[in-house]
Parts: sequence; C-alpha cells; structure tokens
Amino acid sequence: MATLAPPRSGRMRPGPATDSSARREGWRRRLPLSPALLLMILVTQIPFLFTIAFSFESWNLVRPGSRHWVGLSNYAGVFTDSAFRDALVTEIELTLLAVVISMVLGIGLAVLLDRKFPGRGIVRTLLIAPFLIMPTVAGLLWKTTMLDPVYGIVNYLLRELGFAPVDFVSRFPMSSVVTVLVWQWTPFMMLLVLAGLQSQSYDVLEAARVDGAGAWTTFRAITLPHLRSYIELGVLLGAIYLVNTFDVIYMTTQGGPGTATTNLPYYLYQRAFLGFDVGQASALGVVTVAGTILVATVALRTLFTVFSASEGND
Amino acid sequence: MASATPTASSGAGARPAEVPARSKSRARKAGSRRRVLGQVSWTAGAWIAALIFFFPVLWMALTAFKQESAAYTTTPHLVFKPTLDQFRAVFDAGIGPYLANSATATLLSTLLVLVLGIPAAYALSIRPVRKTRDVLFFFISTKMLPGVAAIIPVYLAVRDLGALDSVWTLMVLYTAMNLPIAVWMMRSFFLEVPGEVLEAARVDGVTLRQEITRILLPIVAPGIAATALICVIFSWNEFFLALNLTSVRAGTMPIFLVGFMSSEGLYWAKLAAAATLACLPVLLAGWLAQKQLVRGLSMGAVK
Repeated sequence: MATLAPPRSGRMRPGPATDSSARREGWRRRLPLSPALLLMILVTQIPFLFTIAFSFESWNLVRPGSRHWVGLSNYAGVFTDSAFRDALVTEIELTLLAVVISMVLGIGLAVLLDRKFPGRGIVRTLLIAPFLIMPTVAGLLWKTTMLDPVYGIVNYLLRELGFAPVDFVSRFPMSSVVTVLVWQWTPFMMLLVLAGLQSQSYDVLEAARVDGAGAWTTFRAITLPHLRSYIELGVLLGAIYLVNTFDVIYMTTQGGPGTATTNLPYYLYQRAFLGFDVGQASALGVVTVAGTILVATVALRTLFTVFSASEGND
Repeated sequence: MASATPTASSGAGARPAEVPARSKSRARKAGSRRRVLGQVSWTAGAWIAALIFFFPVLWMALTAFKQESAAYTTTPHLVFKPTLDQFRAVFDAGIGPYLANSATATLLSTLLVLVLGIPAAYALSIRPVRKTRDVLFFFISTKMLPGVAAIIPVYLAVRDLGALDSVWTLMVLYTAMNLPIAVWMMRSFFLEVPGEVLEAARVDGVTLRQEITRILLPIVAPGIAATALICVIFSWNEFFLALNLTSVRAGTMPIFLVGFMSSEGLYWAKLAAAATLACLPVLLAGWLAQKQLVRGLSMGAVK
C-alpha cells in the first residue's frame, strides 16, 4: 500500500524487491483471515486426525490398559456391522423424507403468503415459530402433549372422531420423528421460497396473464423455474442440518424401538458414549466422514453455483 | 409485516381512483364478488395453516400457566385459571444457573465469532486473498462433516485438559460451530459494499482503520446483526456438545430440560414452564428480526 514507486516501473523490474513486497502484500491480506482459519483447523481438523489414529486401535474407556494397535480390524468391523448399515439406511430415509416433505409444504405455504391478505404479517410470524423452537423442546412437546397415547392432543382428536387412540411414537417411530423434523423445517423452506417468489418480476407474470395463461400454467412454466435455485439452496442447507439430526431422536425415541430410528449420529453416539468403544466408534466416524465428503462434494458444487448466480460474479 | 392493507371486504369498488376504467365497474361486479370470495378463502386457508403450525407452541405456553391437574388430562382444558406456580417450581428446581450458562456460552461465542469472522470475511471479499474459493470451501466443508466424527478426540482432549463441564469449553466449540456460516454470511454482505465508495475513500487517503470503522462497518452493520442472530439461535439451541461435555456445573438449558424430564416427567405443566423459558429468548429474537432471519438462514444468498 505504501509503496512510493509507480507500479509500472515495479513491474518492469522483476527483482527480489518486488517479489518480497508482493509476498508482504499477500501476508497482509492473509493476516485477518488466519485467526479464524487457525481456530477451525484446531477444533475440527486436528481432532479428526486423532479420530483416524484412534480408528486403528482397540481402546475401550471402561477397560483401562486395554489400548493396543489392531490395524484395520475396526474397519472390517464397520463393514460387517449390520447395525451400521441399518443406521445408514435410516439416515438416508430420515433426511430424504424430512427434506422433501418440508420443502413441498414450504412451497405451499410460501404461495399462500405471497398474496396480500388481512393479517399476513401475523400469519408469517406464527409460521416461523416452529423453526425457532429449541429442537430438544420440539421433541419433548411432540412426544408428550401432542402424540402421547392417552393425554396427547392428537389422540384426543382421534377419539372425538371415533377412532381408537394410537401410540404414535412406538408404533410409527419413523413417522413421528419425521413429523417433528418437518414441523421445524417447513418454516425454513417457506422463508426461502417466499423470498424467491417475491423476487419474481411482476412484468413477466403480467405478460403471462395477458397471454391468457392460467394460474397453474403460470406457476409451472414461470414460477417454478424461477424458484429452482431457491429450492436447491433450501434442500441443500436443510440437508446439511438434517443429516446431523440428534436432539429430536434423543428426546422422542432414543433411536428405538429397537434400532428403528437410529440414524448415523445417534449410532455413533451410542457406540462412543454408551459403549465407550473409542476404536470402533472412531472407525465408524472415519467411514461416515468419507461418505459425507463424497456427497458433500456434489452438494458444494451446487452451493457454489447458487451463490455465484446470486452474486453475479466470483 | 406491512400487510395491514384494506381488507377484502372493502372490495374493488372502494378502491381509489387509480383504477382507470371506472365505467366498466358494473360489468365487473360479478367477477369482483368471486374475487372477494377467493380472497376470503385464501385468508382463511393461510390462517388455518398458521394456527396448525403454531398450535404446539401455543399449547406449550398455555400448559405452562396451568395447574398440573388441568395439564394432565385426557380432555384438553382450553379455559382455566392461570397460575404462575409452575414457573415458581421451575426456578425452585434450579433452572437459574442453567439459564445463565446458556446465556454466557451463547453471548460470548457470538461475540467471538464476530471478532474472528469479520476480519476473515474482509479478507475473503474486500481485499481478497488468493484461493478465496478454496478457503470458503474449507470453511463450509467443516459444517458438512458430522460433528460426531470429531467428538471422541474433542472429548478426550477436553477431559485431559480438565475442561469438562466448563462454559468456556462450550464457548470455544460453539464459536467453531458457527464461524463457517458467519464467514459466508458476512462475506456476502461485504461484497455488496459498492466498490466506488471504497475507491473514493482510498483516493481521499483514509487509513485502513478509517476505511473499516467509518465506511465498511456502518454499511454492513445490519448484516452483522443478522449474523449475530443466527449464531445466537444455533448456540442457544445446541444440544449434542452440551450433552457430552457438560453435566451439573456448565449444563445449558437443553441439559436442564433432559434432567427435568427424567425427574419430573409426569408433571407436564412444570415441563411446559421449563420448555417455555428455554424457548422464549430465541423465539422473541427471531420474531423481532424476521427480515434478517431470511438473509441469515440462507447464509446471505437470499436478499
């Protein structure tokens, strides 16, 4: 910044002086970034290296002195572990269902809110509440006051309508968990899609109407394509959080009955903190991360496309 | 929120003269009645959807003001005599320190995120480092890796450092948890600062510090507020790390709830009171800052 020499002469004279000043400028630019980068490396990358190291050991915290090197046998354990495969299937099922259903509902609500009507602000305010509720509380609320077989509101309504009460959480554990997740994430999807709807050009919609396009045709041919990047973003961000679902499962089903709702985070938690099996849990962690990187690379590419589009440059 | 427009019942005929073809209004009457009907059902639909989604929250808040006998019944009581007994009971059960821990971990980590994240976002937008893309990629990829994959070594390290059950540990971890999102968000806000403004200031010879404090920060202040809000929401609601790394001394609100549920699980009114207290700060903050919420949730991508 404080170089006195005109830039041109500097460029014409390739020498150590310019080189070092360029390097100094590079460092000056990197300096504000480094504390943040350092913290992230310290808290996420280094622990992961340790996870890799632990994954080659047999090490159970409840049996001190049992720690020893076992090579790849933990990995062999992972790939022959049918509970892990079950958890993987549950993970995919849970994430997909929650993301897709909340997106569909979110689009519906966003369309409702895209038109002016009395009390729209209040409706919007009420609708975003579920997203702001602590997930722990969300699980607790649904398990008790909503879905309890005897005292829950849903069963009260069922009884009033002449149906027999249902113990939702133990009979339909997956649907119960998905219900809570959808309840929480629909508002998120709605907000993103609503922002997309409101950024639509009014002229284009008006032109479609003048050309005689019906409401549904307009929605399918103009609105949905316009919403595409918003939907992608919502699906992606929702998925990032939903693959890590833990709180709601912990509060409602504890992964059960049996292993019906044990997703990967919950399974890893069980192995590490209930089984104290550091070696085995680490190997599970490494395999999970490898899988996630695979999926995430694709996802990140999408994310960059969306962001570049919204920034117009990059 | 500026939707307090004239209601549908005031109808098309009552609109001011901006409708040009007034003479055609009689022919349109039948159409306008249908429009009113449509508007009414639209309004009703939206309100019903909102009430369905909001009901569990409302029910929680109502239950918190009930006596246990009114809360734990097979027929829900809509009318009851409100009482503060449950809130009193929750405070007697020692919710105070947990609230304080949550507040400390949340506020300090949010502050730390801003302190670390603002310069980082600056270095990724205004005066970008080379490989900006790679750095951004790195930041967000840490968010995609399941936290459980690093929890074992983190747990062991924290244990060996004697930092289990400490608010400071949570503060550091929450900072790392939120920093990637915060950097992405604030970068997108920084990118919106018009280049000409910065250029003009540089020509005028402002120092780097003036450039940042006098020009940049005032422009991106709303963005920073949005970022802080998102960080507050995620740290306040965090459960997994708190569950595994704290117990009695540094436990946060979700931990209190879990313990309370196992000890007082059958007392729904008390549970509801505790849950209401746990949710209230974030609910209010989110409601007050709805505009920033959208921007924040999309990490700055959606304006």
